[in-house]
Amino acid sequence: MKLLTLNFLTCAVKTCKTQPSSFPLHPRDAELEIIEAELNLPFLRNILPRLMWEDICSVARELGLPALPAIAPIPADLLAAPLDPSTTTGGAEQEPSQTARDLHRVLLETCIQEGKLVCGCCGHEYAVKEGVANFLLPGHLV
Amino acid sequence: MSDSNTQGADYEAQHVHSVYEEIASHFSSTRYKPWPIVERFLKEQPDGAVGADVGCGNGKYLAVNKKVFIVGSDRSTNLIKIAKQHAPHSTLVADNLSLPHPPGTFDFAISIAVIHHLSTPARRIEAVKAVFDILRRPSSSGSKDGGKALIYVWALEQKDSRRGWDEGHKQDVMVPWVLKQKKEKKPRKKQGGVSSDVEAGEDEESKGDKTFLRYYHLYKKGELEQDIQEAGGVVSESGYEKDNWWAIASPCNI
Ligand SMILES: [Zn+2]
Repeated sequence: MKLLTLNFLTCAVKTCKTQPSSFPLHPRDAELEIIEAELNLPFLRNILPRLMWEDICSVARELGLPALPAIAPIPADLLAAPLDPSTTTGGAEQEPSQTARDLHRVLLETCIQEGKLVCGCCGHEYAVKEGVANFLLPGHLV
Repeated sequence: MSDSNTQGADYEAQHVHSVYEEIASHFSSTRYKPWPIVERFLKEQPDGAVGADVGCGNGKYLAVNKKVFIVGSDRSTNLIKIAKQHAPHSTLVADNLSLPHPPGTFDFAISIAVIHHLSTPARRIEAVKAVFDILRRPSSSGSKDGGKALIYVWALEQKDSRRGWDEGHKQDVMVPWVLKQKKEKKPRKKQGGVSSDVEAGEDEESKGDKTFLRYYHLYKKGELEQDIQEAGGVVSESGYEKDNWWAIASPCNI
């Protein structure tokens, strides 16, 4: 499961969903794997305003990943500075910046393969196996 | 959970969930062509929109638009293992009545051939409501629309289909799925009397095959719109396509 998914996940228990402490879920005993994917600059730019930046930073920290910038990047940060400023108006292929590459690596290529996702509100643990998180609840929590 | 709700859940566990788990790979091999209205809805979404595919099955709709980000969920682990391959999207195992998403998250959602598997009226309305709950709310000033959902259910009125159901028939039915026994490859002979539109493996049982029955509630005309209204939604567009009722709806601004 790619880390970007955590931006859209919370606890499946109804009473938790409205509690701020249920977001984000906390990875525990996580085995990470890099699954390479093609970097898609427009996709990154479009997804940028949807990111709960502080929460993503805290998840990255919990997983022991290299620190992300403290302030959320803006679209312009995703583009590499052109080598020759006179060529910028050509509308040619734009190159991703290091920030874009880092973001792509963390959000779309870093995957939790095994481990748990833990709710900070009720403490329920959701298992991740073979890269698939399972949110089915035991009967008493439904 | 009330008694009838528990019974509904138990019933679906036996007559829906366990069946899909068993037939996942065969079912998936027959489900690859997207329905036109679903395809259109997904392609209409602006680049970078974030959506949910609730009951995504083998993930066939995750392949339609790679410029949006979709979180697909299904109750069947075996179907999700198949759905997993579709970049850039994400998939997970979840129950559609207990979705693991913060309320008001998504710009759009699809629920294709899912709600008709719930076995009581209250649970079907709850399932529609669960889809609305995860959609972006409209702003109170009316300046920004709420998220949109496309919901598809099987129709009772399909007298020209090979099932032949129509108005006035029973709405709660068990539908067979025949899991074919693997045989050595031989040229296939057409059997007399088998109509040509029989989807391979879905109805005909021969020796060694195993038949599974899935529960369906067949929707009659107007019923989907009614469920949507009861769930607090507003229908913006609806219609009938190839044996199914569909509707596009948004959560109400309350
Ligand atoms: Zn919780």
